[in-house]
Amino acid sequence: MIYPHYALELEELTVSFDGIKAVNGVTLYVAKDELRVVIGPNGAGKTTLLDLICGRTRATEGKITFMDKDLTRMPEQKIVQAGVVRKFQTPSIYPKLTVFENLELSFPRGRTAIGAIFFRRSSDVVDRIHAVAKEVYLEALLQTEGERLSHGQKQWLEIGMLLIAEPQLLLLDEPVAGMSVREREQTAELLRRICQGRSAVVIEHDMKFVRRIADKVTVMHQGRILAEGDMDTIENDPKVIEVYLGH
Amino acid sequence: MNQSILSTLFGGRSGAWGLAILALILLVAIPLSLDAFRLNLMGKYLSMAFVAIGLVICWGHGGILSLGQGLFWGLGGYCLAAFLKLEAARSIASEASDQNKALSTVGLPDFMDWNQITELPWFWYAFKSFPLTMLLIFVVPTIIAYIVGAAMFKRRVGGVYFAIITQALCWTMEILFVTRQGWTGGINGITDLRTLLGWDIRSSGAQTTIYFMTASGVLLAVLLGRWLLSSKFGRLLVAVRDMEDRVRFSGYDVANLKTTAFCMAAVLSALGGAFFVLNVGFMSPKLVTIEPSIYMVIFCAVGGRMSLLGAVYGTLAVSLGRTYFSEQFPGLWYFLMGTIFILVTMLFPDGLAGIPNRLAPALWRRIKSKWAREPGSAVTGGAKP
Repeated sequence: MIYPHYALELEELTVSFDGIKAVNGVTLYVAKDELRVVIGPNGAGKTTLLDLICGRTRATEGKITFMDKDLTRMPEQKIVQAGVVRKFQTPSIYPKLTVFENLELSFPRGRTAIGAIFFRRSSDVVDRIHAVAKEVYLEALLQTEGERLSHGQKQWLEIGMLLIAEPQLLLLDEPVAGMSVREREQTAELLRRICQGRSAVVIEHDMKFVRRIADKVTVMHQGRILAEGDMDTIENDPKVIEVYLGH
Repeated sequence: MNQSILSTLFGGRSGAWGLAILALILLVAIPLSLDAFRLNLMGKYLSMAFVAIGLVICWGHGGILSLGQGLFWGLGGYCLAAFLKLEAARSIASEASDQNKALSTVGLPDFMDWNQITELPWFWYAFKSFPLTMLLIFVVPTIIAYIVGAAMFKRRVGGVYFAIITQALCWTMEILFVTRQGWTGGINGITDLRTLLGWDIRSSGAQTTIYFMTASGVLLAVLLGRWLLSSKFGRLLVAVRDMEDRVRFSGYDVANLKTTAFCMAAVLSALGGAFFVLNVGFMSPKLVTIEPSIYMVIFCAVGGRMSLLGAVYGTLAVSLGRTYFSEQFPGLWYFLMGTIFILVTMLFPDGLAGIPNRLAPALWRRIKSKWAREPGSAVTGGAKP
């Protein structure tokens, strides 16, 4: 028997908060190069699932493996260094720093206190920052302070901050929340582009957007996986229609 | 290269001007205009500016509010005082005076003798050596700050809880130093300090020299702070303050960064404590407890907690105000102090430093437009290298 090689493997993952199982026995495999979208009603455990993968919440039971590395008990910064990065639901950027500085702090060099004191803004860093800024449509705003960006631009900046670390797995929590139609299209394009050669797990509610980006869709409901498959299968699944799409 | 040194150490042209003005005030204007007594008072105030500079780094930029900086200030002070006390004890032992005859164990600090301690406690031995004492002034506070920081920040204790814990630590140290009379001099502290390596620190000539040493030390501390804050570390601190989780999930060990900032502030405080001992010639537990620690935070807040220069001005302004008003209207000072603190936090969150920062660009633009007559040329964007 040949086992297909997956990038991310979640096995029997459970987390309980005071007896309430927010994520309950979830088993999920994401292939290399795959863009997986997780959908489901509020409180289904989608965000908790991402929290578990990036180490913000620790699993009560189960195992998380990424590229043959066990992430289940790894400290958060080590998980990032293993190539797993996370975008939060509300854009988390540094409001008092410029777009350039926001990206610079995410550049994977000088990550210790001493390293940061002696970090030099060499030309490869500057070039990389410009390249990433261009990719996330913020090249003209490099000297703008984070807090002055629009909501959509903040989302892009956070995606850029993930991108500059050259990650292998992107965890994106509602990347198009609060975006205009035009921005959504640009973001869909951006995600398709940056997910070449890496895996991604994206939480999203906008079904039109999901259809544009997803390779495979997982539907969660009350902490469990309800259905999994490509978009057409999911949309016609009676269980999914009942708990989520029908509403 | 010149440009980069100018921008990192001096904060560009305006930063260099700011530092030059402060240097002129501290090294020329103040010594020329004050008598020996008042100059010594200024030296005493300036030794507290070190703490405020440390707070600009760890509180203003890093968001770590410590209400117990007096602890580190005191540790630095006590280290140097211990060395000076042993030197004073040796000089008493060498002269045949009444003081000598009154002691049963000659060569020990007098307070030990009064407490029936006949042998120097083991941890006092290091203070026989000057180089070792200098080292300990830096090492002792660093170790304590590291233990506190690592223990708290690894467990994600922050904000108000951290502030309360630092305050409790400060109080603990006061109690410890008051109750261990034979080891620390108790409530009186370590007094009657005379010479530093044979140089009499009590004479008014020496006091003037010590003032200049303290003032130069403050200027160097500002430069050091600028160097740190202009590095990526400085921007990381701001990032940790505003969005700690984002920093953590960008691959940084946040606890380690915060502990480092806290240690830096502790070392600067300790250095200030050592200068304080030279300026006043004694050290007492009443100077290291909660009240002075809170004063130090007020210095920093009044000066503008993001500004290193502001910290120095804040320290001088509040300390001078305190001396003046408590001499003129003793009862009123605390009310005034409270009012100032409320006004600063509500109306001028940038403190004293906010005033020129807000006024200077407008003034500069006005001057420029008068001379150049080119509207809009003052603001130039462009990429930072």
